[in-house]
Amino acid sequence: MATKKPDVPNIAELMEKVKSGKIFGEIAKEITESQIWTSTFRHGYADTPRNRVLQIASNVWLHLHPVKIHRHALRIKFTWCMGGITFLLFLSTVVTGVILMFYYRPVGEYAYFDMKYLQYDVPFGMLMRNMHRWAAHAMVITVWLHMFRVFLTGSYKPPREFNWVIGVFLVTFTLLLSFTGYLLPWDQLAMWAVTVGTNMARATPFLGHEGPFAEFVGVTPRYDARSVLLGGSLVGPPALLRFYVLHCIFIPLVAGALMIVHFWRIRKDGGISGPL
Amino acid sequence: MAAPAPAKKKVEGVADKVHVWPYLVRIEFLCAILTILALAVWSIMIDAPLEEAANPTKTPNPSKAPWYFLGLQDILVYFDPWFAGVVAPVLIIVGLMLIPYLDVNPKGNGYYTYTERKFAIWVYCFGFLVLWIALIIMGVFLRGPGWNLFMPWQYWDPHKVVALVNVDLPYAFGVREYTTAAWTGFAIVAAYFGLGTGAYFFMERKAIKSVGFLRMFIKIQLLLIMVGIVIKIVLRLGFNIKYIMVTPWINI
Repeated sequence: MATKKPDVPNIAELMEKVKSGKIFGEIAKEITESQIWTSTFRHGYADTPRNRVLQIASNVWLHLHPVKIHRHALRIKFTWCMGGITFLLFLSTVVTGVILMFYYRPVGEYAYFDMKYLQYDVPFGMLMRNMHRWAAHAMVITVWLHMFRVFLTGSYKPPREFNWVIGVFLVTFTLLLSFTGYLLPWDQLAMWAVTVGTNMARATPFLGHEGPFAEFVGVTPRYDARSVLLGGSLVGPPALLRFYVLHCIFIPLVAGALMIVHFWRIRKDGGISGPL
Repeated sequence: MAAPAPAKKKVEGVADKVHVWPYLVRIEFLCAILTILALAVWSIMIDAPLEEAANPTKTPNPSKAPWYFLGLQDILVYFDPWFAGVVAPVLIIVGLMLIPYLDVNPKGNGYYTYTERKFAIWVYCFGFLVLWIALIIMGVFLRGPGWNLFMPWQYWDPHKVVALVNVDLPYAFGVREYTTAAWTGFAIVAAYFGLGTGAYFFMERKAIKSVGFLRMFIKIQLLLIMVGIVIKIVLRLGFNIKYIMVTPWINI
């Protein structure tokens, strides 16, 4: 009975394949036809109209876009790219912010020294902090410019009124994100900037202890609009913790949810605005 | 007569719609690379500030809010905190949200135009560039100790002496008695809003039916408040007028 020989590759044949370069095509074929590859990538990369559509439609990140857009929407002159840049800067602050959270404790005794540790001992700590802060400041500017552009092109007009309202919420949340983060370094700049900012709350009509008509409500320095914000009657450790939680959890979640609505509504309201 | 929109230049044989991949995605990709690059270079070159540890017993002079709120901090010079710090921000946010519902001009939807909506563009540019951005620049660079104005070349002298010569408007008119002054101030403020609203409705009387009373009423109130802020700035800086109306509860 003939025994089946094991399938030993012929060295000469193999060398021939390597020399002619055929082997690379064969390896590529093996890989791209494997179950792992075909289950991951649903379409080829050849530049065909079908692939161009699938590239957008079958990608969870890119399918935010429609597969086709009006030519005018490509013009930088029209959009200034500001909405996209704002979103990108937001993502940058999320990434750098999570890294900073590994090293920072929002506790009165530790916060400032964690900042020092982060800046002088943590590898790339200073860079992470810089990127976080500058991205946040840049985001404030780009979101204003985005709003300015949307106004100038009249893109808030029907049917996009509601998305403009969402956008105003997002501008507000951008400022609040930046403001709550301003306290976290727990240095003089932070404490007094937030003191100045939150002092306004005590002048809230009816609800702030120095505001008009407060005497009819009976609020006190320890129990008014400002103390709810600060967890006390001055910017102290409870305020630091409150601002930290607002900064890292509450506002990003709300702003993130609103961003989803904002982006979704762009498409539902007929895509990026343009001359009709 | 509704003039037909000028026909857009159509290039023969060029499709109006293009594929997002690659035409949009490549722009976004380039834009993202440039943004990240700029951010990285900026972050390598310039360190974020870190001052000495927070000390509640040591108030810096001047104490400034974060730069993006300095426009609001600056109108604290002209208004009491309940307005500058609470009501004004709320009005800005609500007013911005109301823009699409107040501006019923159907023209200029989705393209740049100045001629078709001159008034809207003027109002927004004035509010954004002057009342918001210019006041921020002033607050960041020109406001020194005691929130006094300093030119860029001047030393920030914490002992700068500024004469307090401000008076209230009724006082400037010669009204010295408290209750009379309060009523005079109230009359001036009420007349400003009343006459402003009346004049607007008279001028735009033909539009009331199509635009709607409520819409026009809210629009003119917001505009009058915005112009009122400018008037108060001018009165304070030019004529040393502090308040227009002084009452036991609120001052305007």
